[in-house]
Amino acid sequence: MPPVTEQATGAIHTTLGTPTLPAIVFFLIIVAITLAITYWAAKRTKTTKEFYAAGRSVSAFQNGLALSGDYMSAASFLGIAGMVALKGYDGMIYAVGWLVGWPALMFLIAEPLRNLGKFTFADVVAFRLKQTPVRIASAIGGILTVLFYTIAQMVGSGSLVKLMFGIPYEYAEIMVGVIMLAYVLFGGMLATTWVQIIKAVMLLCGVTVMMLMVLAKFNFNPGDLYAAVSTQYGQAALEPGGLITSPIDAISLGLALMFGLLGLPHILQRFFTVPDAKAARISVLFATGFIGYFYIIIPIVGFGAAALIGRDVIINIDKGGNMAAPLLAEFLGGTPFLGFIAAVAFATILAVVAGLTLAAASSFSHDIYVHVIKKGNATEQEEMRASKIATLLFGIVAVGLGILFKGQNVAFMVGLAFAIACSANFPALILSIFWKKFTTAGAVWAILTGAFLAVGLIIISPTVWVDIFKNPKGSELFALKNPAIVSMTASFLVGYVVSLLTKDETAEQKFEDEKLRTYLGVGAE
Amino acid sequence: MQKDVHSLLESSEFKSLVAKRAKISILLTMLLFVSYYGFVLLIGYNKPFLAQKLDEATATTLGIPLAIGVILTSWLLTVIYVVWANAIYDPEVKRLRAKLFGK
Repeated sequence: MPPVTEQATGAIHTTLGTPTLPAIVFFLIIVAITLAITYWAAKRTKTTKEFYAAGRSVSAFQNGLALSGDYMSAASFLGIAGMVALKGYDGMIYAVGWLVGWPALMFLIAEPLRNLGKFTFADVVAFRLKQTPVRIASAIGGILTVLFYTIAQMVGSGSLVKLMFGIPYEYAEIMVGVIMLAYVLFGGMLATTWVQIIKAVMLLCGVTVMMLMVLAKFNFNPGDLYAAVSTQYGQAALEPGGLITSPIDAISLGLALMFGLLGLPHILQRFFTVPDAKAARISVLFATGFIGYFYIIIPIVGFGAAALIGRDVIINIDKGGNMAAPLLAEFLGGTPFLGFIAAVAFATILAVVAGLTLAAASSFSHDIYVHVIKKGNATEQEEMRASKIATLLFGIVAVGLGILFKGQNVAFMVGLAFAIACSANFPALILSIFWKKFTTAGAVWAILTGAFLAVGLIIISPTVWVDIFKNPKGSELFALKNPAIVSMTASFLVGYVVSLLTKDETAEQKFEDEKLRTYLGVGAE
Repeated sequence: MQKDVHSLLESSEFKSLVAKRAKISILLTMLLFVSYYGFVLLIGYNKPFLAQKLDEATATTLGIPLAIGVILTSWLLTVIYVVWANAIYDPEVKRLRAKLFGK
């Protein structure tokens, strides 16, 4: 038995919520380094290939880190640590679900995606189908996904920055918007990639140090840590609790997390930054390794916070438990370590929002402007200009929505983004790659069915109907918290049936070329 | 060229390459499903199993190593795919490409 510390029950002094010198210094160092990189990247970002895809110069290892950077958001770092601290083992179950999409991404689409695509996933869906309708539909699916994901990130980040630095919410939003716009506007994908890499390395190092410091308090034996948690909160903290009550609900959420990843535009876009299919494949190996490691050690941080800080103290500062990790950092390493972790969390927010903005802008400029409005006849300069305007506009919209949704419960929007991604983007993508008889009409209907069913069903589900609209429990019209199992299946079915009812001769003829490119990489850009 | 492409796509070598890739992709995805949904269904239907302690002297429940096990299994599956692709898929692709471009 380790000694149970007094901090578990006694009051704890924290500088959380006040901008301390170490926090500001670390924050300024991060901003200075990333802006210096942006300056360097800006000189190498003249063409669209450089702006959207970093000139396809990113190595597999770098892309592995950048993918992890895109995926490990502040919400998953602070949120899962907090959930484990407050709910115990249920937080661990939740963490596992976030990893399992990555292997599926590798087995099913990473290599074909790299071989077929140019700048956006719509390039792949529209490879042999009619450009205008498929581009518009793909852009709807893609932009809806990114939009909901961005709202969740922006609202979360405003509150987190306020909690950690004491900066007013609106200023935090504007700060995030301005800095990340600098990365994307001037440095394009190259700067965004390096921001992701720096952030991923800092986050992984920061969490590793925290884990080691926690374990040091428990003789480097996780068993002792669990024993301490069990002594304070009862054995229930180490047992599955109320997270999974209905298996069908859990399976639906699991499908959304697993296949939603395969339809997230900002993740898919990363595969166009590596030189070839082999690098695409190996970058997923690295990403899965880094993200898996992250989700294995985060629960130790969460349990450590419960044992060393105490649930009461954590709840006192933030009901959702988001401040468990920062509080633990301060307890373990004082104000300087808290400053470091706070700065890392902030960098995480910047990097994720930058990646999302680039994905949204690419969809507007490359899919809508170039292929729909200009019918594929835009010059390099026109497309670059369009992409910068789209970036700026999306950045302003992101800040605006962040401020508009202040104080709203937007946690469901991440689930919604994954639901749309797996129901709208993923079925069209995979059918287009592997099924010869997939037609233009089939693609459009599959995407629209998936997108609107995902949004519609989530509105009448307990997630929004009861939790957000405050209708009485049990009055929801759709029982599942996440609609993926219904909306994704429907999208596949509609795509299949509509394709059988329509015929697309050109698409079938072009399937030979597509196959050659999918499997052998012949003609890949 | 187009005729060569057609005959290559119709060749048994190319077809077997496609079949091999489909087989391994589906097999590994199924294993991923079994490991993850097995875990989820275990939580749904047999909580006491996961709640049992590893041994009398400890508080650690079986659920903890199992959760970590699902993550490790997922990663190991990606290792298997990469090893397979590097050893079998890539050389075959190289060979077929050389054939097509008449080298």
